[in-house]
Amino acid sequence: MPDQHIVRSFDKDLEAIQAKIMKMGGLVESAIHESVKSLKKRDDELAERVREADHLIDKLEEEINYDAAQVLALRQPIASDLRVVLSVMKISGNLERVGDYAKNLAKRTTLLVQMPAIDGASGAIKRMAREVERMLKDALDAYVHQDVALAEDVRARDHEVDQMYNALFREFLTFMMEDPRNITACMHLHFIAKNIERMGDHVTSIAEQVIYLVTGNMPGNDRAKLDYIAEAREAEE
Amino acid sequence: MKEVKVSARDVQVYYGENHAIKDVSVEIEDKTVTAFIGPSGCGKSTFLRCINRMNDTIDICRVEGDILLDGEDIYDPKVDPVQLRAKVGMVFQKPNPFPKSIYDNVAYGPRIHGMAASKSDLDAIVEKSLRRAALWGEVKDRLSASGTGLSGGQQQRLCIARAVATEPEVLLMDEPASALDPIATAQIEELIDELREKFAVVIVTHSMQQAARVSQKTAFFHLGNLVEYGETSQIFTNPVDPRTESYITGRIG
Amino acid sequence: MSRPRTSLFDITPRTRRRNAAEKRFRAYGIAAISIAIAVLAMLLVSIVSSGAGAFRQTYITLDVDLPEAKLDKSGTRDIAVMKKVSTFGYAPLITKALMDKLAEMGFETPLKKKQIGALVSKAAPAQLRDFVLANPDVVGTTQKFEFLASGRIDGYMKGRVTYESAEKDGKISPEQLRLVDALVADGAIVKRFNWAFLTSPDASGQRPESAGLGVAILGSLYMMLVVLLLALPIGVAASIYLEEFAKQNRWTDLIEVNIANLAAVPSIVFGILGLAIFINFAGLPQSAPIVGGLVLTLMTLPTIIISTRAALKAVPPSIREAALGVGASKMQTVIHHVLPLAAPGILTGTIIGLAQALGETAPLLLIGMVAFVKEFPDAPPEGLFDPASALPVQVYNWTQRADPGFVERASGAIIVLLLFLVIMNVAAVMLRRRFERRW
Repeated sequence: MPDQHIVRSFDKDLEAIQAKIMKMGGLVESAIHESVKSLKKRDDELAERVREADHLIDKLEEEINYDAAQVLALRQPIASDLRVVLSVMKISGNLERVGDYAKNLAKRTTLLVQMPAIDGASGAIKRMAREVERMLKDALDAYVHQDVALAEDVRARDHEVDQMYNALFREFLTFMMEDPRNITACMHLHFIAKNIERMGDHVTSIAEQVIYLVTGNMPGNDRAKLDYIAEAREAEE
Repeated sequence: MKEVKVSARDVQVYYGENHAIKDVSVEIEDKTVTAFIGPSGCGKSTFLRCINRMNDTIDICRVEGDILLDGEDIYDPKVDPVQLRAKVGMVFQKPNPFPKSIYDNVAYGPRIHGMAASKSDLDAIVEKSLRRAALWGEVKDRLSASGTGLSGGQQQRLCIARAVATEPEVLLMDEPASALDPIATAQIEELIDELREKFAVVIVTHSMQQAARVSQKTAFFHLGNLVEYGETSQIFTNPVDPRTESYITGRIG
Repeated sequence: MSRPRTSLFDITPRTRRRNAAEKRFRAYGIAAISIAIAVLAMLLVSIVSSGAGAFRQTYITLDVDLPEAKLDKSGTRDIAVMKKVSTFGYAPLITKALMDKLAEMGFETPLKKKQIGALVSKAAPAQLRDFVLANPDVVGTTQKFEFLASGRIDGYMKGRVTYESAEKDGKISPEQLRLVDALVADGAIVKRFNWAFLTSPDASGQRPESAGLGVAILGSLYMMLVVLLLALPIGVAASIYLEEFAKQNRWTDLIEVNIANLAAVPSIVFGILGLAIFINFAGLPQSAPIVGGLVLTLMTLPTIIISTRAALKAVPPSIREAALGVGASKMQTVIHHVLPLAAPGILTGTIIGLAQALGETAPLLLIGMVAFVKEFPDAPPEGLFDPASALPVQVYNWTQRADPGFVERASGAIIVLLLFLVIMNVAAVMLRRRFERRW
């Protein structure tokens, strides 16, 4: 199928929106990286910068939504063009949430800096965050290259992130039971871990949007939810 | 699953040496609006005109293959095209009412096919047809006025009333709204929606948005071939053939 | 590279030259039209000036005694008996009436009886006899009659004959003119509008004053009738077939070319054709309107076919498609839809064709309509076989005669012919305007 529309300004509009997504993706990737780095290094100035940078991400999401609405109204896109616009809107929403979680992580870091460090916790968190970062990069690559196989792979890797969260959850319980003075710090760390797990879910959603964009079908709601709480809830029913 | 009204099998149409329609097979369902879309010169109008044998009037046109209406081959030598056209009505691109009164425009078809035994029967047919075309309210007080004195949208609705007056089973429409302004177009589209409760409607249109709005099934023609035929919702969100996708999204080719 | 900005108010030399050329062109057009109008005006003026006189005629009003002794010897008013008295018997009665008039006026003249009688047209006795035979009761009474004055008297009243020319003229003398003056003063001789010019038949070369167009007009009328009844249906049917039903192949192309050529064939050829086929082969009577009508039909047929085809072609194909789409057959489409819309065009073409046929002379000469016909033909259809004349032929005929009175007659006939042609063409134009439709 030829790539270009007969009306070239239509292509330009779509390219502009997609460029903004890539820019937003880059900002979010670095937000995750820097916030985790600030946690590891216990650097509250870095954390502060991450928090401030979040407003750029929010602004981009607003712009993308506005531009998408313009394209819908003025171009009446159908078939693949429509999927491009719809997926761009969903993806920007997902990215914005990931950015918010990174901001939240930085916020908690500022608090954690004032408490004694928990051994090993930040390392585990950093590994989890690295995995999510790689997933986000791959999802964005899959988006750019319209690579369904890569997107499916990203979806599968969320499983591992969920498992990492479960492991961290049990570890934090142990820490808290060992020494009640750890509870505050562990609670914050737990929330941080939970946020990173939610980031993974959003990145998975981005990968699913990529599959929808390319094939026209949303992948089924079959991704296994493996976090502990969900398991417990299902067990109760 | 709706009943099949018109069934075309391996239809070929030749204009002299030119092979204009190639191997077209399609099943048109009853009480459904089927849209034919495709670029200029792709053969959609030609194929439409085969269904009521209007192509017979062109000397160099030759049709091969089968086209069945309710299972009967319309190109069978025993079939009289005049009778066929009472069963398969047609509305044209440019509104072309007869230069007679509104009443006579609608009554002409029933008259020549002997459908009315008396004047009151004819009056009833005229009223029913004009109501079906959503025109009765606007013209009931001036049935003797000339048909050509109406506005463009009204003239087209008059042509639709004329076409449905012979109680056809299939209604063919060749770009019926292309000569009309947006409001008249919307009225015609609403009318088509009402008509499909009774007839099988086949509409050729240049506007993809119109095909998407109005039809339940869509057939995409390209260079004389039927490239894709399916549910309208599927064709316009996720077509199967890349040529279809190319055309409907406005890409080159 | 952009052009330097110029002001709209500066006119370039190129534009000036072009404007001058356009002005010159307009001037040429006006000059051409003026020349055409001038020529037309000269033509009309010359015809009208020489022909207008034909519409007025000089009459002598006299009281005529109708003695029974001379006209009805048996006294029974029996027509068969009275017919035995020929015009020679009536002529002296008129002369006597004139002499009595002069006596009454107290006019002295050296003229002899015969010369006095010569004032009255030689057609007068016949007119008197016809009247008496039609109304036998007037025998024995005295009636007032209006008789045509003789050709020379009429010429004198219209200025053709003067005292000077009368000196040299064998048919009239100045003394007779003096007599005329006296009668004019008395009121017995008047010049008034001459209906008889249009209604009475042709007269012999000696009596231009009584020559009329009656037979010619009737003959032309009959021929137009024949042309209308034959050429119109045949032409329209042929046209419809060629336009709507015939397949486009070499044969139809051949037919079309031939029809166009027929329209260009010189009319005299049709005359020869008519002579050979209708008169020699079919044995139809010479000089009859039926033959003239048939020949003119052949001539008018191509015109009607061509104009009918143009009218049919002008009906937009969308109407035909609409009719076919509703289930009309080809025949129904043509009759119900195409013909009514083409009718004004067909009518216009027919009227123009008829107008052309009205003025055709050459073929009619060949089939013998140049003969001198004095009796009116009967009503159609029998009358179509009686000998008659035709307007343009009558003009030709009269220009051949010696008596100068016929010059005026011929010009008058031309005026009548032109009038008919103008009326027909104007009717055609008006019809076309009235029915012209915008689809």
